[in-house]
Amino acid sequence: MAFARILAPLALAASVATSAIAADITGAGATFPYPIYAKWADAYKKSTGTGMNYQSIGSGGGIKQITAKTVDFGASDMPLKPEDLDKGGLTQFPTVIGGDVPVVNLPGVKPGEVHLTGPVLADIYLGKVQKWDDPAIAKLNPNLKLQSQAITVVHRSDGSGTTFIWVNYLSKVSPEWKTKVGEGTSVNWPTGVGGKGNEGVASYVQRISGAIGYVEYAYALQNKMNTASVQNREGEFVQANAEAFRAAAANAEWNKAPGFYLILTDQPGKGAWPISGATFILMHKSQGKPEIAKEVLKFFDWAYGAEGDKLASSLDYVPLPDKVVDQVKASWKSNIKDPSGKSIY
Amino acid sequence: MSMALDNRQAAGFDSRRLAHVHAPRPPMMRNNALMDLLFRNLTRFFAFFVFSLLGAIVVSLFIGSTLSLKKFGLGFLWSASWDPVKDDFGALVPIAGTIATSAIALVIAIPVSFGIAMFLTELSPVWLRRPLGTAIEMLAAIPSIIYGMWGLFIFAPLFQQYVQPAIQATVGHVPMLGAFFSGPPMGIGMLTAGIILAVMVIPFITAVMRDVFELVPPMLKESAYALGSTTWEVVWRIVLPFTKVGVIGGIMLGLGRALGETMAVTFVIGNAHQLSKSFFAPGNSIASALANEFTEAVGDVYTSALVELGLILFLITTIVLALSKLLLLQLGKREGERT
Repeated sequence: MAFARILAPLALAASVATSAIAADITGAGATFPYPIYAKWADAYKKSTGTGMNYQSIGSGGGIKQITAKTVDFGASDMPLKPEDLDKGGLTQFPTVIGGDVPVVNLPGVKPGEVHLTGPVLADIYLGKVQKWDDPAIAKLNPNLKLQSQAITVVHRSDGSGTTFIWVNYLSKVSPEWKTKVGEGTSVNWPTGVGGKGNEGVASYVQRISGAIGYVEYAYALQNKMNTASVQNREGEFVQANAEAFRAAAANAEWNKAPGFYLILTDQPGKGAWPISGATFILMHKSQGKPEIAKEVLKFFDWAYGAEGDKLASSLDYVPLPDKVVDQVKASWKSNIKDPSGKSIY
Repeated sequence: MSMALDNRQAAGFDSRRLAHVHAPRPPMMRNNALMDLLFRNLTRFFAFFVFSLLGAIVVSLFIGSTLSLKKFGLGFLWSASWDPVKDDFGALVPIAGTIATSAIALVIAIPVSFGIAMFLTELSPVWLRRPLGTAIEMLAAIPSIIYGMWGLFIFAPLFQQYVQPAIQATVGHVPMLGAFFSGPPMGIGMLTAGIILAVMVIPFITAVMRDVFELVPPMLKESAYALGSTTWEVVWRIVLPFTKVGVIGGIMLGLGRALGETMAVTFVIGNAHQLSKSFFAPGNSIASALANEFTEAVGDVYTSALVELGLILFLITTIVLALSKLLLLQLGKREGERT
């Protein structure tokens, strides 16, 4: 009797648990979009009952997990090249836009006051510009009196999509950076100190006078960091804000980029923030379990909708322009298929 | 002195053996014999299990680093390159950082720990021993990430503001030596990491030293005092020689912790793959490189190189242990020559 009384609720709990797992979708990867994916998952579960379990283990881990098919989708801040996608039988699509912001520690200088250009940023990170009163910086900031203070370069010590966007930008604007250092989620830094995660970089920058670092945009915004203005392709000095990111995404020619392999750095357009990027979802083209893949796509379809956009904006991510969302949905039709070759969504 | 000890040990050994031979076996023991057998085999299994676990770790580290071993060979050990973009890796910077920070830590921690242990056992009033001893043990219980955060948020700014400029203003101008303290003062770097490590290993070394110092038979010490020795002479001539095995064991325990310490070092070492003469410059240690880079290592060679770093750390620890055993043997031999 007593035994049965103990067992009954256990059995009930077990059956509930298994049925919940059956409907849930799982994903793993980039840490940068984790806050919004978690928020989407929470709201989506409330409205549809389908749960989404996302583990922020890093972009590299996300790529490994989706290749090993242990998750239903992977997430990466660095888009895979079309040939790598083909090799793994994968397809990818962007979800939200974000980017990097240079942050500085200069006593007496207000946010956005320091003007920098891409080539100067590259020279600072190459260790060629070492003082804040270097003529290259002084020329861009005629109204600021910068002291002869050593520049301490701060970069990420862990591999990161944030780093990828940063060095991708530096490679585009500086031939020397491109040949000497190159681009990737982690690189061989010519100079500086490394902090772990956005918070590691931020704490070094805040602690070391004369430091410069780069952090993810939402992180800089939420922690009210002292950011620098950067010159874009149109020659304007822009500050990082949602408007500037939207401008960078609006003018990007996604339809000309196979597999959405497009990095939003150094994009043309008035008011565009030059160090923008998108974060991506990876899925297998041929789905062994079409019903789960369908749930995944349903989830992202919902996330691209009005409610998803509102949640993204509330966390300082920039939603994709509608034009791009339409292209993404079209790519689902032509790319993601069940074993019989029929489109899933 | 050591002869007296040997005699006592020999006597103890003999009496146990005698008891074993002559004790009549009561009938109840039959059942216990089976239990004994079971117990012996169980404990033996545990002991061998640990051994095979160790073997399995070495084997899996080797398998994991095959790619990197093949690609870079022995050159991995002295190449200072660490370029994930071009897949070119070398372990010199993390090896140097690991050894340098651990060495700094020991240079600071050994004399301090010795002083604390000596005070606690020889000089401190009896009522103070317990609270002081407990305080030291509490230091050992603090998680390493707390030390790391304390190092970054409290220690590094003070170090940057007051200590580093002071060192550069004085020692910095000495030719040759000055190069070791050059570069902009950032608060973080190799020296900071070494100092934080020292704070972390002091309680370990102190606790072992205090425990072994207390094992010295009071008779020996009192005899020395009676002959007119000072406290220093008693500690240096009686206590230390009597306890040297334990003292070296304690130091090795501290060194082991310093070599493998991850979180605290990651916070303050600066995590830069750059080789520099200056102790103020940022560097990298094996453990912190692994902690930083393993999760996001893209590509097989990169992962393999990181696993090989783990293998090297394992080898360094093994070498350190072997050297300490050798040192103890050497000490024992010298003693034999003297008597």
